[in-house]
Amino acid sequence: MTALPPATSLSHAETDAANAPPVLALDGIGKSFPGVRALDGVALELYPGEVTALVGENGAGKSTIVKILTGIYQPDGGTIRLDGQEVRFPSAADAARAGVTAIHQETVLFDELTVAENIFLGHAPRGPLGLIDWRKMRQEAGAILTRIGASLDPGAKLSDLGIASKHLVAIARALSIDARVVIMDEPTAALSHKEIHELYALVDRLKAEGKAILFISHKFDEIFRIADRWTVFRDGRHVGSGRMRDVTEAQLVQMMVGRAVDQIFPERTPAPGPRVMQVEGLSHPTEFDDVTFDLHEGEILGFYGLVGAGRSELMQCLFGISRPSAGACRIGEVDLAARGAAGAIGQAIGQGIVYVPEDRGKQGAIKGLPIFQNVTLPSLGRTSRSGFLRLAEEFALARTYCERLDLRAASLDQDIANLSGGNQQKVVIAKWLATKPRVIILDEPTKGIDIGSKAAVHAFMAELAAEGLAVIMVSSEIPEIMGMSDRAIVMREGRIAARLDRAEMSPEVLVRAAAGIAADAKAAPLATEEPA
Amino acid sequence: MSDATLSSPSTTATPRNIPDRLHRRGARALKSWEFLLALVAVAIFVINCFASPYFLDPWNLSDATFNFTELGFIAFPMAMLIIAGEIDLSVASIIAITSTLMGAAAAAGAGVGLLVAIGLGTGLICGAFNALMVTGFGLPSIVVTIGTMSLYRGFSYIILGSNAYTDYPAGLAYFGQGYVFWVFSFELVLFVALAIAFAILLHATRFGRAVYAIGNNPVGARFSGIRTGRIKAILFLLTGLLSGVAAICLTSRLGSTRPSIAFGWELQVVTMTVLGGVSILGGSGSILGVVLAALVIGLVTFGFGLLNVPGIVMSIFIGLLLIGVIALPRLYARLKPRVAARRG
Repeated sequence: MTALPPATSLSHAETDAANAPPVLALDGIGKSFPGVRALDGVALELYPGEVTALVGENGAGKSTIVKILTGIYQPDGGTIRLDGQEVRFPSAADAARAGVTAIHQETVLFDELTVAENIFLGHAPRGPLGLIDWRKMRQEAGAILTRIGASLDPGAKLSDLGIASKHLVAIARALSIDARVVIMDEPTAALSHKEIHELYALVDRLKAEGKAILFISHKFDEIFRIADRWTVFRDGRHVGSGRMRDVTEAQLVQMMVGRAVDQIFPERTPAPGPRVMQVEGLSHPTEFDDVTFDLHEGEILGFYGLVGAGRSELMQCLFGISRPSAGACRIGEVDLAARGAAGAIGQAIGQGIVYVPEDRGKQGAIKGLPIFQNVTLPSLGRTSRSGFLRLAEEFALARTYCERLDLRAASLDQDIANLSGGNQQKVVIAKWLATKPRVIILDEPTKGIDIGSKAAVHAFMAELAAEGLAVIMVSSEIPEIMGMSDRAIVMREGRIAARLDRAEMSPEVLVRAAAGIAADAKAAPLATEEPA
Repeated sequence: MSDATLSSPSTTATPRNIPDRLHRRGARALKSWEFLLALVAVAIFVINCFASPYFLDPWNLSDATFNFTELGFIAFPMAMLIIAGEIDLSVASIIAITSTLMGAAAAAGAGVGLLVAIGLGTGLICGAFNALMVTGFGLPSIVVTIGTMSLYRGFSYIILGSNAYTDYPAGLAYFGQGYVFWVFSFELVLFVALAIAFAILLHATRFGRAVYAIGNNPVGARFSGIRTGRIKAILFLLTGLLSGVAAICLTSRLGSTRPSIAFGWELQVVTMTVLGGVSILGGSGSILGVVLAALVIGLVTFGFGLLNVPGIVMSIFIGLLLIGVIALPRLYARLKPRVAARRG
């Protein structure tokens, strides 16, 4: 591993004499949310006719900076300068007026409107009476589409177009406001190989027009293909910036992950017991393919990968939410993959597999029901007699698990919606522990909860494993994967990209496997399959 | 099982005591919707007493109960359906098709037992079709049941045209006109029995708990292992079945069937349900509230009838009552902080 390049602070940018001044310059931008410091004095500069790649792990603050630039969030501090003038973007409309536009990963478009209407929604050209000038709108839409090399009919309904064409419409919409700064947030995530190359051509055209482009991507090959400059964020802080020609892939990876692990994880002495679950060649028509792994009592198995790698989908399939197209999932003598669709979840719960979902608000907590009813919902078989509820037993069961998880609540009869995110998560975990499971799947268990609750959840996971429960933890946070798991599986594009023992785990290896970067010999993916 | 390595203060500290409930149940009941409705019912009762000397007669009061019993039969399962986040607007049309088929069977010489069986069976089949469309094909229930509302009554019109069935066996009259004991009609007794049965089903069983869970968060309920489709299907079946029961009683009481029978009842049932405090968005409500709403509607109808108020005025009053009872608590909740601020 070569030495890091000098972590140039942005003020050194003028060393490049040929450089035009930046169009947009951010300095000292901070942004806090309850319990989280999302951005801590970050800096970012964008230059006309150049692509700046913003690189960082999940949670590094990339999305937050995009939202600040587009007027959705207001920074707590710091300055934004446009052509050297300090500006503020109190709303999305102000950002658009200033010429900052963003193409998001999943752009919000309207299926029932035409291409032209989608492009000009909110700023359509108007005629003398203030009515929309449809002809002019169609002409201008056609002109923009031609400019970006898209052969689309402006009058076509959006619902008749494919994903790639919709993406072009989103780009055309972004350009319809005469933008000077174009932000592309993982624009290639949903595109095919051919479409990606068309996008590159488009980026080159925008560069030629002198636009300043901020390009956010996890894919290193494309960053090196199209970016002129780089900026790395880590944990909401600015790590460094520079020119692409002065940096290597290895150096970028190291800057992305090279943190001191400041979170404290519980100490554990893992003692894996017998196998509880065996997954073999499990496949899904679209989300994942040929997944094979074993799970043992008392271990914590981490699943790392980029967003969209198919981890959550795999877990939901194990739990019975979706049906696999092939493969087996054996727990004891039962093959859960062979079960019918109806009641599949109930069967999984019956066999002792439970799932704490990532989307706590929608899939986990049942807001509107009191805490104790949330906890006992899957356990009503035990707290009722021939279908009739026994409230005293429900309260007793809920109390046992809520107190074990150190829930902070006024009473067990309180609506779960009135709890903080961390306490809601505790109730959801309590709900599943009350079913006395053998395998607990935790999907991003500490996402969006405060540090204190995070530590409590981590400690509790360790305790569960020590009691012999098999724990699967899906996480996009490298420290969490490294701090908690005995083994880790890295998924990429629906397949297992690497299997790592605790000793083999390092931030570099995890990131490389997840992003599909050709690894050095030491961390060869797929090299460490344990015998079944 | 070695906890020895654990040094987490959060899990080893003495557990905090979380009380089961903060308020006594009685204290909460005083603030409840049902309490407000009961007050309204008592007020209307007292007003009626002063308004007409004939009001307090036991037989008159007994007659008054027919204003809400048949609607109430359907309002119970409808309440559960709405709590689960669905709705069935075809209930009045189920009455029409059921009554028509009963009339056709009676014309062909069917006995009372067979007529009752046809009534219950037709209701169940109609409910099953709604259930299939909503849970089987995943269509929105409001659209499906607006469709079946026209469909079911359409069959009645095809079969009957401008005719009517009026020849029912004498034994059928008991369901709509008979008395179990003194002034207590068969319908009133059935209403009370169904109220108790549905109150138990909704408030004291796993099934009822699942209904609330689905209404508050259908995805979360599914992720908790609840078979949401099956529970919704059962609710549509129950609604169909109770619409059949209502059809039997109504047919018996009227002694005749026209295609326009029970016209517009679907909205009266929904009105009763919503007035009873069932959230139209799903997730909350109680059977007691529906019973009280039925009493309020029955008392108002009867009182206005005694005073010879035209029916149209009554429907205006019920409309105002619905809006008023629903708007007042929200207005109060909005005004309270301002009032408090002014005082403080």
